[in-house]
Amino acid sequence: MTDISMTSEQNKSQTGKIVLRWLLYIALGLFALFYLMPLFVMITTSLKSLDEIRTGDLIALPREVTFDAWRTAWSGACTGIQCEGVQPYFWNSILIAIPAVAISTLLGAMNGYVVAQWRFRGANIIFSLMLFGCFIPFQVVLLPMARTLGIMGIAGTIPGLIFVHVIYGLGFTTLFFRNYYVSIPAELTKAAKVDGAGFFRIFWSIFLPLSLPIIVVTVIWQFTQIWNDFLFGVSFSQAGTQPVTVALNNIVNSTTGVKEYNVDMAAAIIAALPTLFVYVVAGKYFIRGLTAGSVKG
Amino acid sequence: MTKWLEENTPKLVLAPSFIAVLIFVYGFIAWTAWVSFTRSRLLPRYDIEGFIQYDRLFASPRWDTALNNLFVFGFLFIVIAMVLGLVLAILLDQNIRTEGAIRTVYLYPMALSMIVTGTAWKWILNPGLGIQAMVRGWGFEDFTFDWLVNPDMAIYTIVIAAIWQSSGFVMALFLAGLRSVDGEIIKAAQVDGIPTWRIYTAIIIPSMAPIFLSAFIVLSHLAIKSFDLVIALTGGGPGYATDLPATYMYAMAFSRGDIGQAASSAMIMMMVVFAIVVPYLYSELRSKDD
Repeated sequence: MTDISMTSEQNKSQTGKIVLRWLLYIALGLFALFYLMPLFVMITTSLKSLDEIRTGDLIALPREVTFDAWRTAWSGACTGIQCEGVQPYFWNSILIAIPAVAISTLLGAMNGYVVAQWRFRGANIIFSLMLFGCFIPFQVVLLPMARTLGIMGIAGTIPGLIFVHVIYGLGFTTLFFRNYYVSIPAELTKAAKVDGAGFFRIFWSIFLPLSLPIIVVTVIWQFTQIWNDFLFGVSFSQAGTQPVTVALNNIVNSTTGVKEYNVDMAAAIIAALPTLFVYVVAGKYFIRGLTAGSVKG
Repeated sequence: MTKWLEENTPKLVLAPSFIAVLIFVYGFIAWTAWVSFTRSRLLPRYDIEGFIQYDRLFASPRWDTALNNLFVFGFLFIVIAMVLGLVLAILLDQNIRTEGAIRTVYLYPMALSMIVTGTAWKWILNPGLGIQAMVRGWGFEDFTFDWLVNPDMAIYTIVIAAIWQSSGFVMALFLAGLRSVDGEIIKAAQVDGIPTWRIYTAIIIPSMAPIFLSAFIVLSHLAIKSFDLVIALTGGGPGYATDLPATYMYAMAFSRGDIGQAASSAMIMMMVVFAIVVPYLYSELRSKDD
């Protein structure tokens, strides 16, 4: 590590360097094992039979690979009294996530465009108020929201959940687009205005074509948030409209019958697959969303 | 008319979102605050009665446990996740050839739902068939690791799972911070023969203070909102040994039918969040305006 160039010391420090290098890689490898272990255990457990789970080792590879647990998890596992697996709930989550992501991203883009490029008196205060909304613990809105959804006639429905996710996603999507559009020079908008282009025209033909990266970041962020949501899902759904996270929790904690750990694990992996897929395919944008969502303002 | 429309289009576009936020964030907070001062039980009542709900709340041993758990969990989670995240970031900052792949591995838990994380760890930590059974199977018959079902230790299983989920994210934050430190200063220090660990402790880490702050904000925010993980991992149990304010609020709102308690506990949660977040946001927004 030190740069002392006395010849007798040089060999020693060279071997020292190599040993340190090895220790470094070993440490990194051990940490990697720590992060991978639960996923590994989930996958192997899901491929074992119940007998093998009871008699075997937690981290042993399956002696005999069987996909029965996956089949049961997808279409036969019981969430309370219903025994249809996670399949219907998986589709529920998709039906909730797609419109909610699309609407909140579109609104966020328009809002961000206004706040960043069409500053009017009070725009900053409005933006700050929307930003604070990102931070509230949602417990504080659960009770009135439950009543409001009832009054609107969408309590316990998928449109109700879409509505909730759009409302409480707005702060973040607006923030993402605002921070992105703020770095686009205002002269661009001014020049376009001089040329006679209006508000929507400028958005449509100048800003939107520039926005692909931030659209990807926002869509990934919103999709991950909504897919992984549990609090809204469990509070505002009823039998039949629950998202997959709620169904998974019900399967794992259902107390009737034999505890099928392999089915639990298969169901958990199924519930995790969409967001894991997004992470593997577009990890760069996922991380950007995370850091943009944390280093605010 | 068209001229007016043209001038006010931006406001009109922003208006629906702003009104929605006013109603569904601020209006709802006001509603919850109001109800927290009433005698509401199964149904909300609107005549103000003072602090009775808060008196009940702080007299409740279950809330006491929940609040205590929040401090224990929050403290350990934040401190360990930050230390681990920093260590990982520094280790990864040493010109590691496979850095991209390792980063991906460290960070993937962040893409998972807390329910998935809780389900996985519940299986691993379950004494009957998990780690305890495995180590006993290796011949260590007396090995005990029953934190999941031990009321005194169960809260620490939540700490473990939460750290597993979030430490990679802290690493990513710190790694970005390490990379943004001025390379010239580091080079100059290296030329002067200052040992690497001194360069880290005296130059690099102090210059990352803002990143420590944002990591702290994010982690404390995660800790206070922790709900799914507890539900999936311990269900708040054994008994209510692992209750957190979020699970307490949910139990009062949806299974106990005690709206007054749900509202007052939610208000306390919000005050804790705001005590941490408001000064931060305020300084962020101000520094942006300058």
